[in-house]
Amino acid sequence: MRHEVLLGIFILYQLIADLTEGTNKGRIIHITIISFFLYVIVGGLPSKPAILFGSMYVSDPLRDLLKNILSLSTLIILLQSSSWLKKEEHQAREGAFYLLIFSTLMGMFFMISAGDFLMLYLGLELATLPMTLLAAFDKELKRSAEAGMKLLMSSAVSSAILLFGLSMIYGIYGTFHFSEIALLSDSSALSIMAIVFLLSGLGFKLSLVPFHLWTADVYEGSPMPVTSYLSVVSKGASLFTLMLVLYRVFGQQPKIWTMALYVLAITTMIVGALFALRQKNMKRFLAFSSITQVGFMMLGFMNNGTMGMNTIIYFMLIYGLSNLAVFGVLSIVSNATGKESMDDLNGFYSTNPRLSLIMLLALFSLAGIPPLSGFFGKLFLFTAAASKGMYILVLIAVLNTIVSLYYYLLVVKAMFIDKNESPIAQLSSTFYEKLSFTLCLAGILIIGFASPVYNYIQSVL
Amino acid sequence: MNPLLYLLIIPALTMVGIVLTSDLKNVRVVAAIGMTAQLLFSFALLFGFYKIRNEGNSDAFLFVSSTMWYESFNIQLKFGVDGISLSMIILTAIVVFAGVFVSWQIDYRQKEFFISLILLAIGVYGFFISLDLFTMFLFYELEVIPMYLLIGIWGSGRKEYGAMKLTLMIMAGSALLLVGLLGIYFNSAPEGGRLTFDLTEIAKVSIPISAQLYFFPFIFIGFGVSGTLFPFHTWSPDGHSSAPTAVSMLAAGVLMKLGGYGCFRVAIFLLPEAAHSLAWIFIILTSISVVYGAFGAIWQKDLKYINAYSSISHCGLVLFALLMLNETATTGAFLQMISHGLMTALFFAIIGMIYSRTHTRMINEMGGLMKALPFLSVMYVIAGLASIGLPGLSGFVAEMTIFVGSFQHADTFYRVATIIVCSSIVITAVYILRVVGILFFGPMKSDSYLELKDAQWFEKLSGVTLIVFIVAIGFAPLWLSNLLHQPLTAIFQHLKI
Repeated sequence: MRHEVLLGIFILYQLIADLTEGTNKGRIIHITIISFFLYVIVGGLPSKPAILFGSMYVSDPLRDLLKNILSLSTLIILLQSSSWLKKEEHQAREGAFYLLIFSTLMGMFFMISAGDFLMLYLGLELATLPMTLLAAFDKELKRSAEAGMKLLMSSAVSSAILLFGLSMIYGIYGTFHFSEIALLSDSSALSIMAIVFLLSGLGFKLSLVPFHLWTADVYEGSPMPVTSYLSVVSKGASLFTLMLVLYRVFGQQPKIWTMALYVLAITTMIVGALFALRQKNMKRFLAFSSITQVGFMMLGFMNNGTMGMNTIIYFMLIYGLSNLAVFGVLSIVSNATGKESMDDLNGFYSTNPRLSLIMLLALFSLAGIPPLSGFFGKLFLFTAAASKGMYILVLIAVLNTIVSLYYYLLVVKAMFIDKNESPIAQLSSTFYEKLSFTLCLAGILIIGFASPVYNYIQSVL
Repeated sequence: MNPLLYLLIIPALTMVGIVLTSDLKNVRVVAAIGMTAQLLFSFALLFGFYKIRNEGNSDAFLFVSSTMWYESFNIQLKFGVDGISLSMIILTAIVVFAGVFVSWQIDYRQKEFFISLILLAIGVYGFFISLDLFTMFLFYELEVIPMYLLIGIWGSGRKEYGAMKLTLMIMAGSALLLVGLLGIYFNSAPEGGRLTFDLTEIAKVSIPISAQLYFFPFIFIGFGVSGTLFPFHTWSPDGHSSAPTAVSMLAAGVLMKLGGYGCFRVAIFLLPEAAHSLAWIFIILTSISVVYGAFGAIWQKDLKYINAYSSISHCGLVLFALLMLNETATTGAFLQMISHGLMTALFFAIIGMIYSRTHTRMINEMGGLMKALPFLSVMYVIAGLASIGLPGLSGFVAEMTIFVGSFQHADTFYRVATIIVCSSIVITAVYILRVVGILFFGPMKSDSYLELKDAQWFEKLSGVTLIVFIVAIGFAPLWLSNLLHQPLTAIFQHLKI
């Protein structure tokens, strides 16, 4: 409960600060970031398991870990967004930005901590509605408003589908409580139907193919920090929720959902990888790249034991940090120059060697090249799928990593090899941005070698 | 601490040294010191290895150490060497040493160049000392990042294309490899017990034959891609020809050997029954590699392409010999790997040196170089003769052993295949002598050649180092084949095929 209470305090602070700080809005940024930093540390302290509100709310070490991963990613996004927020057009709206971010985060925490489907739905809506406002945060830009609208529409559709599935579940079992459903679950036709609707509803949030159509447009239209929030934190929360529901509620019926996800994994990987090949806008590119990565995550679901959950969480952690490093570099570029296209990065290494190297490491980590953490994350996911004898699926996945390596190499080629007569000028990064890169790089370089991280996740399952 | 780890630590320290060097001119000196130390250490390791063996220690692997890494997957950091891997380590040390000196005049982003080159070397060393399939695979894939950057940034000609093709094809090979390795892992405890990636442990159990047949092609083709198995060889000409000299040397001299080594150490050693029943398919493919590569070399006009195709032919011979599944042929295969590694590195080094003087690699645009560049020309001729298999040079020893080994099979299929493959010796002579004739003894195409400077000290050093070992193997092959003999005898007794 600690996480939610502290977040509640942050939200209240933002409401008050907007009124009291008046002219000195820059201070809000510093206070928020520093207090959030402390919050991430406090959140990492061990806590006692708790069940509240008639088991609607559950808190245990696993869920705390998931919340900590999301908090850490959010911290990095806050660090990276500070110079974006200081820009003139966002003045006097820092408070609003933080308010919306914390509200969505709160919603995600309730999704993860949900002990029954009502709480899950409540959290989902709390996470979604502020998110649409965030996507439309650059309100003077048409494409941002469009992104907000698209996100709202697709979220509404996905919520409707999810609710339909939930109503079936209530119809079958007469209860919303996870623990009761887990005991009763069977493989009747209706409950298969319910699981399919549930998967589709959450599939929208995760942008599994064929529910991915909103992703690229929303990513492209939203401001850079919001895009990275969508692609890491929001996606992570949906993934964790899906994982908890499938493993903890329908864990007795793995066959139903592994078969469904088997198909979705293949379509998601292939479509994501193929569409990413032709993208020139970096945000759209990362949208499709993240779709592919979600496809890889589905391989973890093939193992319905602890190994599956373990590899999923581990991969999500690494994917988040690698992706945030890429977004960090891009947001520095886009803040200074407004450029977001891949061709603009030509010759980037000659003027910005450090940023290029960070980007290089992050991209190779996403591609799964050793000795970076992404290699371990991906390999363990494949191991999880192979443990159930699904070698064909693993082969398809590995072949997709080659396609994805190709398009990551295109970015590397632009930065390191291609010549440009007027490359992006030398950029400086603030202390907050440097700190965010340090956190990301620590993750990219160390997590793979440090087996205690993996073992720690295993210990809380 | 395990002395083998120094093979990784010395290059790592060299990289740190390069990063800290402020004067760009000194970067190459730091790299040279580090790689010389590495070469000396490899030989120290060899002597240490002999010493322990002479004391009567007959363990399969020496200098073994293992640390548990990922407890839940039973992944260990397990290192150790036997005679086979040790000979490969020495080959790598020699080629990298020569490569650093060949790159003495690199003048663009020197730091990045040498760091990438040494990172590549770390991957190779790590691969050869690994006794755990997971770390082996990790080091194998480690070559991807530096390889792409080295060719893409410092290459020539169609370098983006060559770099991308090479990277993606090697990665496609490792995709198959990964599936195969996971297959071995999940079948590594057929009678219950813990699954393991440990090579020596897996060798003790017999993997179910159905699983062997299923996964052998994955692993053999996976490694075969980097060993230029037909039809997966196409990365080699484009990659090698656009790579900078030192990278061509390392790629053809060492990285292609990772394929052969892996095919033997993983595919044949762990899946022997499948190797036995599926060998015929791959013997056909490798025979095509050998003959096709040799014919390909005849038609090329670019020196690097000639050498790339000749590498396909020679490395095809390595895989061919491994598939004979007997001790003599396998000894020959490893001798050929080392011989070809040295010889092809020498070829690429000299081609690079010639190119830096004449600014062309087309043989019909040059001629009469023997008069202008006698030292380089003589070195090229020596490499050429080694490639043809002249007695007294390493190529003869290797090819002789291979053909003796493969003739041990009395079967018609094997006989025919061996005879076809033998014909490549003649074709090799054609393309080598053709180049030597036109390039060195033909009429001089331009008088300006007479003003060219012959080899400088660093070029001589790198070339002569390689020649010394080529001749040493040619005249006294026993020191090397004894090193290979002991582990191979043990392995083939164990496999009983």
